[in-house]
Amino acid sequence: MAAPITLHLEFGGGAELLFDGVKDHQVTLPSQSQPWDMKQLLVWIRANMLKERPELFVQGDTVRPGILVLINDADWELMGELTYEIQDQDSVVFISTLHGG
Amino acid sequence: MEQEVFRLKQQLLEKEREISVLKDALAQLQTLNQSNNTSIELQEKVTPLVPLKEKATLSNEEIMRYSRQLLLPELGVKGQLKLSQASVLVVGCGGLGCPLAQYLAAAGIGRLGLLDYDEVELSNLHRQVLHGEDTRGQPKALSAAQAIRRLNPAVECIPYHLKLSHENALQLVQQYDIVADCSDNVPTRYLVNDACVLSGKPLVSASALRMEGQLTVYNYEGGPCYRCLYPVPPPPETVTNCSDGGVLGVVPGIMGCFQALEVLKIASGQASSCGQQLLTLDAQDVRFRSIRLRPRQAGCAACGENPTVTALKDYEQFCGSSATDKCRRLCLLSKEQRISVKDYKEILEGGTPHLLLDVRPLVEVDICHLPFSLSIPLASLEGRKTEHVQLLKEQIAETKQRLKSESCVPVYVICKTGNDSQRAVQILQQMASLEVEPISPKDVIGGLMAWAQKIDPSFPQY
Repeated sequence: MAAPITLHLEFGGGAELLFDGVKDHQVTLPSQSQPWDMKQLLVWIRANMLKERPELFVQGDTVRPGILVLINDADWELMGELTYEIQDQDSVVFISTLHGG
Repeated sequence: MEQEVFRLKQQLLEKEREISVLKDALAQLQTLNQSNNTSIELQEKVTPLVPLKEKATLSNEEIMRYSRQLLLPELGVKGQLKLSQASVLVVGCGGLGCPLAQYLAAAGIGRLGLLDYDEVELSNLHRQVLHGEDTRGQPKALSAAQAIRRLNPAVECIPYHLKLSHENALQLVQQYDIVADCSDNVPTRYLVNDACVLSGKPLVSASALRMEGQLTVYNYEGGPCYRCLYPVPPPPETVTNCSDGGVLGVVPGIMGCFQALEVLKIASGQASSCGQQLLTLDAQDVRFRSIRLRPRQAGCAACGENPTVTALKDYEQFCGSSATDKCRRLCLLSKEQRISVKDYKEILEGGTPHLLLDVRPLVEVDICHLPFSLSIPLASLEGRKTEHVQLLKEQIAETKQRLKSESCVPVYVICKTGNDSQRAVQILQQMASLEVEPISPKDVIGGLMAWAQKIDPSFPQY
C-alpha cells in the first residue's frame, strides 16, 4: 500500500473557472496499492473536484486540447505525460491557453 | 571711433548668430512638416517590398537619439545598426501590438509591418494605447502608423488594412525577418505559426486575457512551434475573447512590452531565452512563472520530420471558429423558443404578466440592467443553487397569480448578446417538469445589446 499523497494543484488561464474560480488547491490523494499516475489523477479530479461541464476540462482520458499541463514547473511532455508517477508534494498546474490580444 | 567699430562688429556677430539659430529652427520645422505631409499609404493587399538599405555608421542625430541604449554593451553600435536593418511584421495592432510597435519604433527598428483588419473603437482605447479619440473609426493599422511616425519618423511603417488569410500570409511573412503574433483569435494563431514554419521565421507570440498573460518564442533555434505544443485546436466553446471575458489594459501592455524585448534581442543579434520556454503572468498575484517546454516534436504536423502542413489552408475551418475576436452567435433553440426584442417590447407595453430573467454575471448586471428584470446568473442556474432556485420559484408563482389563468407562465430570458440566454432556456426547460411550475421559457434574441441598438438607444452598450 502506498501512503496518501499530498499535492499542490493549480488552475490558470481561465481553467480555474471550472473550479469555483479558485486557483490554488491543496489536495490529498488516498492511499492505494499502485502508485498514482497522471491518468488516475485526472479521473480523481473529474470525480472529486469538477462541478459541471467536465468536457471543458477532460476529453477521453486526457485533458482537452488547449490545456497545458505542468509538473513541477515543466511541460508534462518532458515528464512522461499520463504515465508520470506522482510523488508526494508534487506541484501540478493546468493552464488554459490564452488567445486574446 | 575705434570703440564704435568694435561695438558694431560685436553687434553684427550677435545678429549673425541669431540668424543662424533662426535658420536652423526653420529647417527643422520644414523637415518635420515635410515628413508629416507625405501621407502614409495604407495597403489593402500585400505588395513586394524593397530590401532595407545597408548602413555602415550611425549619424550624429542617431547617436544622440539612441545614446542611452548604445551605452549598453549588450546592444552597442553593432546591435543598433542591426536593428536599423531589421524588419518586423506585427500581426494585430491591438492591446499587444500597440506597446510592441511603440517600443520597437522608439528603439530604432528599421521597418514595421502593421497589420490589422479592424477599425478603432471607443472600447479599444483602454488598452490599445497608440490609438486615440482623434483616430476613432480609422483603420487601426493607419492609426498606429501615424502614432509611430510622430514618435520616430526614421522607422519605415507599412500599414496593412487586411485580414491575414491562407492566401496572403506566406507572401507577407516571407518579406519580414521576425513575426510578432499579437492577434486575438485561434485560427490566426495557427495560420501565423504555419506561415512562419514554412518560411523559416522566428515567431514571438504573446496573448492576454482578464488578469493573465502568456509569452513564447516559437520556431526559433530548434525550439518547438505552436503546433508542437497545441497539435489540436481547442473546442471553440472553450475559447474566451476580450469582449466576453474582459481584460485589464495594462496586462496586454506588459505582455506586449515583453514581446518587444524578445524581438529586440533577436533583431540585434542577441539570443532570446524564450525559445523553449513559456512565460506566464498572473497579474492578480503579480506572479511570473517561467516554464520549460518540450523541444521541437518529431511528429509535429508543421515542423516535424514528415510534415503534413506543406501549404496554408483554411484555418477558420480547421479551428471551427472565425478569425476575429467578435462574439459567436449560437443557435441552440427552435424559432418558437425565441423572441425578438421588438416583440418583447410589445409584450411589455401590452402589460401581459411575465418574468424577465437576466442570466448575466453580477459584474455585468452592475454595468446596466432593465429595472424590472430578475437577476440569476447562468452559473447559478447550471449549479441549481438552492437560494436561486427558491427565488425563481417564488417569482414564477407570483407571476402566475397575476396571470389569473392556468396557462404556462411566460419567462423571457435575456443576457448580453443572446448566447447564454439560450443555454438558460434549455436549463429552465429541464427544471420546468420537476422543480418549478409550468413555464414557457423563451430567449430574447440578441440580448440587451439588441435592445440598446433597436429599441432603447439610451441603454448603454459594452
